Amino acid sequence: MLIDNVVAAFHELFVLETIFLMMVGVVAGLIAGGVPGFTIAMAVVLTLPFTFGMDAVQGLAVMMGVFVGGLSGGLMSGILTGIPGTPSSVATTFDGFPMARAGRPGLALGLGVWSSFFGGIISAILLVTLAPQLARIGLEFQQWDYFALVLFALTITASLAGENLVKGLIAGALGLLIATVGEDEINGVARFHFGNEALKQGFGFLPVLIGLFAFSQLLSDLEDRVKARRSLSEGGGVAVRIEHRKAAMTVLKHWVNLVRSSLIGVFTGILPAAGSSISNILAYDQAKKASKEPETFGTGCVDGIIAPESANNATAGGALITMMALGIPGDIVTAVMLGALLIHDIIPSPTFITETPVLAYSLFLAFFLANFMMLALQSYTLRLFVLITRVRMYVLASIILAYCAIGVFALSNIAFDIWTLFWFGVLGYLMRIFGFPLAPMILGVVLGRIAEQWLARALARSDDLTYFVTSPWSLFFLTLAAFSVFFPKYQAERGKRKWTLFYPAIFTMSLSVPAFMMGGPVRIVLGILLIALGVRSLIKHNANGWRVDPAAGNAPRLREG
Amino acid sequence: MSRFNRDVFIAIVLLLLCGAFLTASFYVREVDYGILTPAAWPQIILVALTILSMIYLVQSLRQGAPPGGATPVSIKGVLEKYRNPLWCYALFLLFLLTLDYLGMLIGGVLFVFCLLTAIGGASKRNLITHALIAVIMIGAMWALFTYALGVIFPQGEIFTTL
Repeated sequence: MLIDNVVAAFHELFVLETIFLMMVGVVAGLIAGGVPGFTIAMAVVLTLPFTFGMDAVQGLAVMMGVFVGGLSGGLMSGILTGIPGTPSSVATTFDGFPMARAGRPGLALGLGVWSSFFGGIISAILLVTLAPQLARIGLEFQQWDYFALVLFALTITASLAGENLVKGLIAGALGLLIATVGEDEINGVARFHFGNEALKQGFGFLPVLIGLFAFSQLLSDLEDRVKARRSLSEGGGVAVRIEHRKAAMTVLKHWVNLVRSSLIGVFTGILPAAGSSISNILAYDQAKKASKEPETFGTGCVDGIIAPESANNATAGGALITMMALGIPGDIVTAVMLGALLIHDIIPSPTFITETPVLAYSLFLAFFLANFMMLALQSYTLRLFVLITRVRMYVLASIILAYCAIGVFALSNIAFDIWTLFWFGVLGYLMRIFGFPLAPMILGVVLGRIAEQWLARALARSDDLTYFVTSPWSLFFLTLAAFSVFFPKYQAERGKRKWTLFYPAIFTMSLSVPAFMMGGPVRIVLGILLIALGVRSLIKHNANGWRVDPAAGNAPRLREG
Repeated sequence: MSRFNRDVFIAIVLLLLCGAFLTASFYVREVDYGILTPAAWPQIILVALTILSMIYLVQSLRQGAPPGGATPVSIKGVLEKYRNPLWCYALFLLFLLTLDYLGMLIGGVLFVFCLLTAIGGASKRNLITHALIAVIMIGAMWALFTYALGVIFPQGEIFTTL
């Protein structure tokens, strides 16, 4: 069965046209990731109009190429100019740039490229092995469990989005509200059209997404008048030769750091909404803590490049695990991919892998392939990147703005979509200025209709609302959602206020309740372990006399940038 | 506008938005089948959004003005600070309003040319460079979508009247 699926997926994917388009996607991703101000999500969003006319496998394979390319592209500008191309490669600059300035740019780039490659491959292996297992658990979900899962994804996105949780939750709720405009999918009744015929169909998902994310991002990039007229190469970008052989050997010599960082990347990716902008910092931090020479970090240390680059590429695999196994986006990029699946009439859910195995295995293969393509194409793209860095930022932004309009119109051939792009571009920009995070809003738009459908299905089966707390998985996700709401406050006040000493214990003990409700030996043992963890935490604090230090400093906070 | 005023203002706008949508939700057509009516889910969201907006309002009011009082902000200052984004919006709006008349190709070329010149400056050399960039880049994209992807863009009344 597995072999059949892999063979069928192989036939679907290894078509000359698809391979060529994937290569174009990887190059586009590498370039987009390399140019500061252009994010990976923006690159994937802008790829969507092109994939609209393709079949699902081809379209998603191209997007996968852009995704993987984008994750690796950021290292080029980070190492050569000291300006990270994307938030995913912020930590790469800490040691990559000093190493390049010390006369070893070729090695620094090589370390980045090979770490990205190995990180991607490790996460691809985990994706192939973990996603089907997780999906098997997902098959246990009932309608109310799905609804609770969506709710959890939204709350954790809001809580990781920034310092102001309320703003994050408002953004998420606004996203859900936007998704309700137009015809509802259950009864076919038009809502909130205010007499406007065009609004009866609702907002197109992609114009909203491109407007909110890409359009507003471009305007933010142009805000600074001096920077807008500057080209990236003024920061010192030069063409260099990547030292592949030496770099590959060095990365393999540091395999402990490579594996640890890749695992950090994968598990950060699995967590809904926690993307590569978090994982690269976490991995760097852990590599520094584990190092025998932590003082060398920041001066061009090899481990300081391996850790963030392997982690950020590995995050992609983690995010894909959540998307493919549970139908929940792991980050904004997978939210866009989820949207792309919906365009092709594929409803992402835990049955995704079992019901559409060829597509699922094609995505697995595409992820593997994209990593190899990234490795092969990075040297050539570097030359192209150096050329592009000579273009001024306002020129790039203006052309992409026009492309946004052309691409959005091409989706459905209606001018209303360009108006949608414009208004959501305004909204997205205002939200950025006023400090509202965009990620929860985008997830709200993506998940809104899915949440409503599951709620309708749950209520159609039974109007007894207690199922939401008596169904173990629903209770599990609602517990996670409740604790994720308080997580930012916990992070901010950890060790300073007494209540934070109880938070981990209450959290683990609360999670043990649904574990016991699920039954089965493994889950009961898990429940006992969770209680033991909670008790251990309480005993530890009790031994310390419940001491808190109101003036204590905090460790780096876990948040999406 | 101080942060205090700004956040309170945003919270009030959000509450007004919730009010408008809640009112509109009562005019959504009812159906006599299914347990979840078409208005129910939006109403759940709106109740949550209203509560969150009220919390935001209270938070903003409690926060008070920033130390040192509100910084006076003039319209001229705002226009100066957000000059480039405002140019983008104004020109994009103009592009949209003239789309039916100019069509995607001419409109797109003019939009890019005007935007490049507004942000990058209007020296003689710039004008030539901007014109070339606009024509080549938009022309190439338009051709790609038209001939390779089969998209039919608005041609523009200007062509039919000429």
